Amino acid sequence: MKSTAIRMGVDIGGTFTDVVLEKADQQFSTKVLTTYAAPEDAIIDAMQQVCEKAGIRAEQIDQIIHGTTLATNALIERRGAKTALITTEGFRDVIEMRTESRFEQYDLNLKLPEPLLPRQQRYTLKERVAASGDILIPLEMSDVESLVAEIKQAGYNSVAVGFLHSYLNDQHERLVHDVLAREMPDAMISLSSEVSPQMREYERFNTTVANAYIKPLMKSYLGRLKDRLSEQGVGCDIFMVHSGGGIIALESAAEFPVRLVESGPAGGAVFAAHIAARYGLDKVLSFDMGGTTAKICLINDQTPQTSRVFEVARTYRFKKGSGMPISIPVIDMVEIGAGGGSLAHVDSMRQIRVGPESAGSEPGPACYGRGGERPAVTDADLLLGKLDPNNFAGGSIQLNAQDSEQALLKELGSKLDMDAATAAYGLVEVVDENMANAARVHAVENGEDLSEYTMIAFGGAAPLHAGRLCEKLGIDRLLVPTGAGVGSAIGFLRAPFSFEANRSVYMRLSSFDAELTKSLLNELATEATQFVRTCDAQAAISSEYRVYMRYCGQGWEIPISLTKEQALAPDAETFLALFEHDYSALFGRTVEGMDVEITVWSVNASTPVDDVEPVAVASDTSAANIDGERAIFDPALGELTQASVILREDMLNGQTVVGPAAIVEDETTIILPASRQAVKQPDGCIDMTVSEQKSNSELAAA
Amino acid sequence: MSTNETAKPAKNVSVLNQVMWNRLISVVEEQAQALIRTAFSTSVREAGDLSAGVYDTHGRMLAQAVTGTPGHVNSMAEAVSHFIRRIGRDNIYAGDVYITNDPWEGTGHLHDITVVSPSFHNGVLVGFFGCTAHVVDIGGRGFNADAASVYEEGLYIPIMKFAHQGTVDHSFVNIVRANVREPDQVVGDIFALATCNETGHKRLMEMMDEFELVDLNGIADFILTNSRIATLEKIAALPRATAQGEMTIDGYDSPIKIVAQVGIEEDRVVCDFAGTSGIDKKGINVPLVYTQAYACYALKCAIAPEVPNNAASLAPFEITAPVGSILNAQHPAPVALRHVIGHMLPDTVYNALDKILPNTVPAEGAGSLCNFQMSVRPRTDTKAPEYAQRGEVLTFNSGGAGARPDLDGMDATAFPSGVMTMPVEATEHAGPVVIWRKELRPDSGGAGKHRGGLGQCMEVSASEGHEFDFSAMFDRVDHPARGRQGGGDGAPTVVQRDDGVTMRGKGKQFVPHGTRVQLFFPGGAGYGPSSERDKALVCRDLARGYISEQSASDEYGLSQAEIDTVLNAVKKGEAISE
Repeated sequence: MKSTAIRMGVDIGGTFTDVVLEKADQQFSTKVLTTYAAPEDAIIDAMQQVCEKAGIRAEQIDQIIHGTTLATNALIERRGAKTALITTEGFRDVIEMRTESRFEQYDLNLKLPEPLLPRQQRYTLKERVAASGDILIPLEMSDVESLVAEIKQAGYNSVAVGFLHSYLNDQHERLVHDVLAREMPDAMISLSSEVSPQMREYERFNTTVANAYIKPLMKSYLGRLKDRLSEQGVGCDIFMVHSGGGIIALESAAEFPVRLVESGPAGGAVFAAHIAARYGLDKVLSFDMGGTTAKICLINDQTPQTSRVFEVARTYRFKKGSGMPISIPVIDMVEIGAGGGSLAHVDSMRQIRVGPESAGSEPGPACYGRGGERPAVTDADLLLGKLDPNNFAGGSIQLNAQDSEQALLKELGSKLDMDAATAAYGLVEVVDENMANAARVHAVENGEDLSEYTMIAFGGAAPLHAGRLCEKLGIDRLLVPTGAGVGSAIGFLRAPFSFEANRSVYMRLSSFDAELTKSLLNELATEATQFVRTCDAQAAISSEYRVYMRYCGQGWEIPISLTKEQALAPDAETFLALFEHDYSALFGRTVEGMDVEITVWSVNASTPVDDVEPVAVASDTSAANIDGERAIFDPALGELTQASVILREDMLNGQTVVGPAAIVEDETTIILPASRQAVKQPDGCIDMTVSEQKSNSELAAA
Repeated sequence: MSTNETAKPAKNVSVLNQVMWNRLISVVEEQAQALIRTAFSTSVREAGDLSAGVYDTHGRMLAQAVTGTPGHVNSMAEAVSHFIRRIGRDNIYAGDVYITNDPWEGTGHLHDITVVSPSFHNGVLVGFFGCTAHVVDIGGRGFNADAASVYEEGLYIPIMKFAHQGTVDHSFVNIVRANVREPDQVVGDIFALATCNETGHKRLMEMMDEFELVDLNGIADFILTNSRIATLEKIAALPRATAQGEMTIDGYDSPIKIVAQVGIEEDRVVCDFAGTSGIDKKGINVPLVYTQAYACYALKCAIAPEVPNNAASLAPFEITAPVGSILNAQHPAPVALRHVIGHMLPDTVYNALDKILPNTVPAEGAGSLCNFQMSVRPRTDTKAPEYAQRGEVLTFNSGGAGARPDLDGMDATAFPSGVMTMPVEATEHAGPVVIWRKELRPDSGGAGKHRGGLGQCMEVSASEGHEFDFSAMFDRVDHPARGRQGGGDGAPTVVQRDDGVTMRGKGKQFVPHGTRVQLFFPGGAGYGPSSERDKALVCRDLARGYISEQSASDEYGLSQAEIDTVLNAVKKGEAISE
């Protein structure tokens, strides 16, 4: 997109709708409350606000990029359409039987999550495709017709079709599609061979059902949004951010709405990746902490890590396995119940536990004085001096430390024989440790060592905790960008047009088929490119080729990137060499004498991202203007420190602050532990590094 | 922290200890993840049959990863002290890796390999890491109950060094290679186990540096003291009483009676299995460590579920069984399929515990996992097609769990085991087999105020051109799960061929070309009288087809008019929720 264009990013979150407008080099943003009944209302309201700030009329907007949690929320809250599933006879209960395991081993009163569709809404047809793709039992047209008549009679709005092994042979699903389209022209249809053509029936069927379930809702919302915008004179293209962090046409999104799940956090990762590119950083950990959850993502070579399966709507303390799997290309993130509103209690081992229960915005943490009686992370932050009670959210909410103190004493202090300050210290250390542990486990699952990483922090609560997290993780450098509060919406404006196509086909390297490999990758590239072409008729589109490989007998694949040449003139030796290189980098050594297999094939087509202007890192070390001082508890030292208070807007480029310090702004506060110093970079980022042990007064003297 | 202890106020030490305990649990979770990512055997990587833990220098377990199998709970807690004794304290060096698959000092059968590594910090021994995984093969007669003694069950590795000061013992590796059917995978798994301990060690070193620890004594005391207090508080709140529970199960050739005597005392819970049947001729005998694991797991779930596993939280549960009973089988009894009996122990323990703690434990359930193995080969009755091949396919499946005092039983969900099933599409890629059916089994959950979990139906065959041997490992054919507090029994296991021939619940049975095996896995039992069941739940179950019209009318007294209302709603595609 040409740089003179006026572009608007819109992120609908659980609490707030964020809108960012970019005009030439200027950025205008606003936050309004999300309007659940008609989410488009909040968008129109926020759009008018930013247009006014920017001094433009709405019809001057050239492009809108939109991401939303509406799809996720519809799945969590079970607000989908009346949906039927048609599946292979004998497999009616796949989405209900899950993995036949319990996600919590010691709870005798465990409740498993209900499937999206109850059993009577799941229908079967006599048919069968083998693992080879051959047809074992042909599908009878008369069976299809009578079942479709039954489903029509029952009045379903949306129908999912998922047959066994359809990722290899979609004939039967297509046949059912044709009859459905003919007999029920108003119903929406989702085929598993289109929505998620990957092996593993539970994930594929569930993803297809989820798509069907939210399709009418999302289609109607996107239609209304388009209409409302054109009423406002906005006639430009509207694009949607997908779970993989790229953007697709509104029409594609309406066809595959399941691909919109978690698109907001994906935008956050794109935001962080963009900053990583500006600073030329190859290993970045993005840390996004809001009111309810914290999200952590690895960004290597300025590209967020991706995954093929994501679990949505976890029902039990964010525990793995308590939600439902959605197999779509996603930005791979860990999300844990740790935000500013997360509540603390003491368990039977006298251990402090924090989250996932959250005080939300009503009643909010105790210090909001709106009736919250239990201590939240924000209460502890306040007592430790990290927050200024008179200047929270730009002074719009007055915080009351006494309420925090009482809540901490009642829930923690009295049970652990601690005073309020020590309880606050304990609470904050526990929540920081929880986040650090989540990051560590995520890193080890990806074979990464965090000590080589730079952290990029955004979201309202992140800058209060990021410095301590870096200490815990042994991370030496932290960047807090400007616009951290609306990071996801800014990220939307940095995302490329992209679409990832995947297919499951098993191939052993010992019986490598170069022709099949070539045609598979070509097909996938064509499919992915077509989606991107609908968004941009001219732009150059490049394809990234990837195969997932493992030793035969293993259960976990690792992604192997191929160059275009390697993909289009494939040979087994090259594939093996690439695999062995990446495997030993991850796990230390290769395994001798084992055949290697490819399980999943993937091509991601995308338009090039705008060139990033590298930041000329400031080297000036003049001291920033100190606005005041306050006592802030430093957990690494285990004691109160006299910390400098600096206004972020006062800091000039290149100016330095030495911890302990608080750099304050309207949206958030950046806490600099005693072990750290920070410099303001030319792009406004606060760049925090391990301190060279100079004090602010020494700096001022220098 | 030791160095700073005097400098900081006492309360802050408590905060640091809280953080370090969290960290140790995260360290062992990372350790377990590393194993899952690199393991070859399906039981580890798909089903989660593994465990990992960290120990102090006395061999006391400080933290254990929560994984798919309770079978390693106590056995892992005990194992490291055996290693310290056998290796000898003066023979422990940095870079050492120890190994065993001793069923009596490890985790109950030769297929489980346990690897322990000492952890040195600045040249001083500070603790140990241990982990266990179920390997694909260990030689001998394979994974079945056919051996007459443990000598026939495969390679026996006594506690020994796998690596000495960083150097792997290649003679040992060669012996393993020469004795197992899948040498690459088994050796690969042994290396994966060693890697997993290294991962744990690395993280522990980072933690000790960060907190300036010179040893783990302080944090060990904190963890063990708090865990002991928490567990003892839970026990102290229970009534002091003793009760007996018993259960008879199919066994291999003849039924087996299990008897559990549970006693709650002031500061401990004792459980003894006197009166239980003696050693069996087949390999379904259970070493005491495995008995302890499942009995302790059952007690812990009911009494102190949230206290993490460690030496102190497990110690107050004292499990014994008479020498020579099937639950305390002595060397050289065959033990390969000890899980078939071991998985039945929680139901038996709960039969006793229910008399002491009413409204706490579930009714009986399917218990043992419904696993079977298909050994497929080209048909031999006539000329086999060119493409026909051999294949071994093992699947894990679950029946229904027992109903709870306030909830229905979980349908087709493993308990007490925590393993996962494999996708049908993945199983069909693993060998020339077709799974024709895998779905819930209506009417199989015992009726009751709370219904037992449904079992499942499966139908399997070899692909065209093949025949196969079917190795069954099922129980509850003759002894279905029994209801509690007036609840009905679950449906029994049924195994048959589609040509009408009945089959046995255990053992290897030939299935000719073109014939399917039909499996009906057992349901869990009901809890409370069915007359007290909420009518809305009965209607929901009927609408979903969990129960038939007949069951709705006979067991729950739904009138024909009510049944018709439900079935009409179903025709309109309506979701009927409770």
